[in-house]
Amino acid sequence: MSDLTEKGLPTRSLATPDNPIYRRRVWMNRFNLAMSLATMAFGMFFLLWILWTLASKGLASFGPALFTQMTPPPGSDGGLANAIMGSLMIVSAAIFIATPIGILAGIYLAEVGRESMIAKLTRFVNDILLSAPSIVIGLFVYALIVARVKEYSGWAGAVALAIIAVPVVVRTTETMLLLVPNSMREAAVALGAPQWRVVTMVTLRAVKGGVITGVLLALARVSGETAPLLFTALNNQFWSTDMGGPMANLPVVIFQFAMSPYEEWQRLAWAGALLITLVVLALNILARTVFRQKNN
Amino acid sequence: MTGITETLPAPTAGTKPRGLASKFALQDAVFHRSTQFFAVLVLATLAGIIASLFVGSWLTLTQTGPKFFVTDVWDPVRSLFGGLAPLWGTLITATIALLIGVPVSFGIAIFLTEMCPPVLKRPLGTAVELLAAIPSIIYGMWGLFILAPILAEYQPAISSSLGNLPLIGTLFQGPPMGIGVFTAGLILSVMVIPFIASVMRDVFETTPPILKESAYGLGATTWEVMWNVVLPYTKAGVVGGIMLGLGRALGETMAVTFVIGNAYNISLKLFDPGNSIASSLANEFNEAADPNHMSALITLGLLLFFLSFVVLSLSRWMLSSLSKKEGRRT
Repeated sequence: MSDLTEKGLPTRSLATPDNPIYRRRVWMNRFNLAMSLATMAFGMFFLLWILWTLASKGLASFGPALFTQMTPPPGSDGGLANAIMGSLMIVSAAIFIATPIGILAGIYLAEVGRESMIAKLTRFVNDILLSAPSIVIGLFVYALIVARVKEYSGWAGAVALAIIAVPVVVRTTETMLLLVPNSMREAAVALGAPQWRVVTMVTLRAVKGGVITGVLLALARVSGETAPLLFTALNNQFWSTDMGGPMANLPVVIFQFAMSPYEEWQRLAWAGALLITLVVLALNILARTVFRQKNN
Repeated sequence: MTGITETLPAPTAGTKPRGLASKFALQDAVFHRSTQFFAVLVLATLAGIIASLFVGSWLTLTQTGPKFFVTDVWDPVRSLFGGLAPLWGTLITATIALLIGVPVSFGIAIFLTEMCPPVLKRPLGTAVELLAAIPSIIYGMWGLFILAPILAEYQPAISSSLGNLPLIGTLFQGPPMGIGVFTAGLILSVMVIPFIASVMRDVFETTPPILKESAYGLGATTWEVMWNVVLPYTKAGVVGGIMLGLGRALGETMAVTFVIGNAYNISLKLFDPGNSIASSLANEFNEAADPNHMSALITLGLLLFFLSFVVLSLSRWMLSSLSKKEGRRT
């Protein structure tokens, strides 16, 4: 009653330490913000813990032998040369397949189809494929290629990885193209350019950095993928550059070696894990800096 | 005006504007068709995946029928297969992942949008996203060799204390091996955090500042602004982000395969070993010589694809309704 003035305003501040409601609200706020800080620390803790584990376990076997020697039989030392080569070949083939498909489909979504039914449907399907379980894609390529040719092959692995990479490239290409101001398109059209010239010489050029970012992110994404390679590229104990047959590749070798009871194999698995993580993280950071430079 | 028309060259007899226009029209038609072809190729991939899964699972679907999804026998020797145990493992690990991952992601998103000093915003945001960049096989190795032994050490203590609680006590029991359903769920939670947190952060930043400022002006605390203003405003996007995380958790293969224990087992005890759809496929598909076995595994793959398709569609639908709202606002 006397706490309020005639206009209904409080006569004194309610935000004082002796007001229990105020105290409770302040403490609630402090507690929750502290929890928020703790969750951030939780996330960073796991990141650093994993990186630290990789560094401490992987560096022990990290040496020139890793890149020059073949995967050993159980119980002896060796390297991962054939697996590294196999991974390089499969992943580059995948990216060479995925990049043109992804960029052209992205151009269709952003420049040609826009709000047409096909474009809307493709956008939806692309988002689903972006997060679809990669092991199911392995099953698909197994049925599509391996079951017909009756042989596991590096090409099958490359196709599986390409299916995973395409949605990433499509998504970034479309997003980047949509950032181009329409006045640039209009200016080019006003000069009499046909649309394919507008796209290839104006809009695509304006977002080159962003599109490269997409390709780098796709590369990072597929470099560490294991599940789709299990049923497609399989593995190979020997040096092989024949994409038509089973091929050694880092993720599957790491999986096999890590699950084995042999200490030498486990050590190599850690070294391979460190190598693959370094590559993937470097690609991610590179992709981000390329795009940031473009923004500035 | 007249000045401009005078400087334009008069059309000469040599150029045929009409011919040029039709040439451009033809080029553009080719351009349209070819880009459309690649867009349709993306659609065809999805159709191909669904078709090949149906073809592969035909044997099981016709012979065992819907019973496959409700029986829990998995016996390759007698060629008897039921998918309930891996389905159960998939759902339970994804649930654990969300129970841990969602609150943590919410906290991280609040930190990044409201508390973080501007200088650190970018590096810390990137660091969270790098959690998503680490290949899942690395999570698996780390889980098996580092996390599992630590968990194994503490599990007896947890079982003997929390394990005696009424009702939920069963959850904290099981062999103290360090590997099992709980370990898989815990690792999955770390793996889905970057996906959920970055969606949450992005949608939180779409809240109009004027809404937040009004609440602050009324004397609301930071927490009250987040909980009563920002969260209700971005509800759809937040749920979309959680669905995205769920979609990821359901299909995650390698990390789970390392630590789940590979046992066909339906149990409420979270420390028990189990199996998820993805881990069954990774472990058995290459060894499946019996057509029934292979078909049963592909049926599991079909089930997994169906589940993630539904979850990801919901996610996409909720996130797109939000971006429409954003489009209207600006």
